[in-house]
Amino acid sequence: MSLDAVLLSRLQFVWVVALHILLPAFTVGLASYIAVLEGLHFFTGRAVYLRLSQFWLKLFAISFGMGVVSGIVMPFQFGTNWSRFSDATADIIGPLLAYEGLMAFFLEAGFLGVLLFGRSRVPPWAHFFAAIMVTVGTLFSTFWILAANSWMQTPAGFSVIDGRFFPADWFAVIFSPSFPYRLAHTAMAFFITTALVVAGVAAYHLRAGRFLEEGLTMLKQAFGLLTLLVPLQILIGDLHGLNTLEYQPAKIAAMEAHWETQSRMPLLLFALPDESAEINRFEVGIPEAGSIILRHDRDGVVRGLKEWPREDRPPVAIPFFAFRTMVGVGLLTLALVVWSWWVWRRKAFAEARAFLKLCELASPLGFVAVIAGWVTTEVGRQPWVVHGLMRTRDGVTPSLAGADVLVSLAIYAVAYVAIFGAGGYFLVRLLRTGPVEKAAGEHYPSGTAARPLSAAMEE
Amino acid sequence: MQLDLVPLWAAILAFGVFMYVLLDGFDLGVGILFPFAPDDQSRDLMMASVAPIWDGNETWLVLGGVALLAAFPLAFAIIIPAVYFPILFMLLGLIFRGVAFEFRHMSQRHARWDRSFFFGSMVATFAQGVVLGTYVQGIPIAGRHYAGGSLDWATPFSLATGVGLVVGYALLGACWLVMKTEGTLKDWACRKARILTLGVAAFIAMVSLWTPFLQPQIWQRWFAWPNLLWLSPVPLVTLALFVWLWRALSAKRDVTPFLAALGLFLMCYLGLGISIWPMVVPYTITLWAAASAAKTQAFLMIGTLFLLPIIVMYSGWSYWVFRGKVKAHTGYH
Repeated sequence: MSLDAVLLSRLQFVWVVALHILLPAFTVGLASYIAVLEGLHFFTGRAVYLRLSQFWLKLFAISFGMGVVSGIVMPFQFGTNWSRFSDATADIIGPLLAYEGLMAFFLEAGFLGVLLFGRSRVPPWAHFFAAIMVTVGTLFSTFWILAANSWMQTPAGFSVIDGRFFPADWFAVIFSPSFPYRLAHTAMAFFITTALVVAGVAAYHLRAGRFLEEGLTMLKQAFGLLTLLVPLQILIGDLHGLNTLEYQPAKIAAMEAHWETQSRMPLLLFALPDESAEINRFEVGIPEAGSIILRHDRDGVVRGLKEWPREDRPPVAIPFFAFRTMVGVGLLTLALVVWSWWVWRRKAFAEARAFLKLCELASPLGFVAVIAGWVTTEVGRQPWVVHGLMRTRDGVTPSLAGADVLVSLAIYAVAYVAIFGAGGYFLVRLLRTGPVEKAAGEHYPSGTAARPLSAAMEE
Repeated sequence: MQLDLVPLWAAILAFGVFMYVLLDGFDLGVGILFPFAPDDQSRDLMMASVAPIWDGNETWLVLGGVALLAAFPLAFAIIIPAVYFPILFMLLGLIFRGVAFEFRHMSQRHARWDRSFFFGSMVATFAQGVVLGTYVQGIPIAGRHYAGGSLDWATPFSLATGVGLVVGYALLGACWLVMKTEGTLKDWACRKARILTLGVAAFIAMVSLWTPFLQPQIWQRWFAWPNLLWLSPVPLVTLALFVWLWRALSAKRDVTPFLAALGLFLMCYLGLGISIWPMVVPYTITLWAAASAAKTQAFLMIGTLFLLPIIVMYSGWSYWVFRGKVKAHTGYH
């Protein structure tokens, strides 16, 4: 078998994005949480909020720094491995990515330094303001990246000349049909991810009988937010699914392993899709539930995969299982939230050992859901890189040989394992140490450096 | 009729890349000199001198990359594949040295991250030099694509420019240390800077004489009359800068050597621009042919004109905040 440059380039992209996305998945929500803590401290003056903010700032610093270095890799992937995609779409995608870069730079240069190093140097309101601006910056970054991604999913506002895409209407380009849903769904997912980590860390320390005040505060904040967001996220997810059904019906068919166009479509709980035979094996499903969810009507007709020629169908098994992973995490989180109400009513957070243990186990679930959701939507877009208009295999760099990509992929694999392994180790060590008080006589660095990782060393 | 934004975008891109080369140049240079420092205490100081600014410096690379993609996409789609492996090594080098700044202080295995800092800086710089050499040599195209192989960059010329850039960044780094440190470390940096000055002079002379033979266009540009006359200030100013740098180092001045070294980089950059203008993919595709649609360039220009000046001002201010000598025991850790 000869090495396929397209497949290997896709694997490489998956690898470098999947590890990179873990960091924004955490830092976007964390920035907001820190802004809230700073705000609470500013208005109530309670010390616990300050201790928590200082603690989470350390984790934010490391995660953000790793996000920056792994993020430098991303724009270059478009050139090294996807040059024909870049050539064809840069007139539209280019400015969206450039705005992300400019705003991320603006945020980092302007306010991150103040947030990380400036507590003793600027008035409290200015520090609070910096926290808000960093939060706004992370949300702007999310906005532009998802605008670019959404345009690839549901392209709009363009014209095609000689196989290249040109902007016709910037508003339509940015606010493409799937963008509002994708932005809301992703931002919610990031907030929920952070809340689950916060709850897990609180539970870890409470179980060990440490940091009682901090732990209870964090648990209440986390579950307060989750109570609001998890049901909302399920609603937004439903709307996002309906939007996908309208604009990318083949993706929905793949997510549901749905072969035949039919009304009263069942909702599959489990199946082993067989793509060559165009059937599912070991199917377990709920009758009519598929039509009810997707059409909100038991007689609603949902198009099956067989409506598309084989070369226009996405892979089935990957979106099918990834989607179920994401939804499964959503339901587990919902169950945890419902349990938390019961514990909360009894005011027994500190004693509910089984609940705390579960919170601890649930702390990485948000990351699982983010990756699973991302895999669902990206694999479900295949075989297109720009949905319906440009095939992924036509986007790859023509001069690239399979062996080249194999070498680079192997090198990225080893390097990222080393870097993310070390970073992850340091992060977990900080989490396990918990929100300890600063030692007396500790010094702050002078100035307001844009230097995220070093704030983690403020011990 | 829409305003032609291509010259302005070319200027912004050139500015961004130059900012990157200057700023990350000296902090990469500090990484290259790192293992040769007289003692561990000097190494801590060296790192402390660039710690507050290195990641801001590297953001210029991202800006340069996305600006090239957005404003001159055809150039992006041709040049980056031509340097597939050098880009890979540059990125990984930057990652390993970037995390070393912080992991070094968190880890018990100090030496591991010291090595990561040195090799990362070295590899990233060498790879950038190879990219430069590959670019100057000219990039073969077919239609709208790069037409060469994945190892075409490995030529004597590009390997030479790789080594040349390592020497060049090391000079910037040494002059930075002359400016930012005192006592034995400054003396050490002065000595290294003098040796490196001779090295840089040799490489500039070699590349300047080699390049005209690579391309008839470059020969014509520099040696056809009356260009020879108009362009003669470039080599003459370069020569004057060398003299200025040498004398400043001999007199152990603080700031002057760094300024003179920056001047040398500016003259080399200018020389490069003169050689390839108006091409953006040497020697086939002009800036105008590679430019994105006027509507694209205009859309991005609005935000850039607003954000870029603020970014430049802030960067300047943060250097001002950290001005003066770095002292022992006022580190960040």
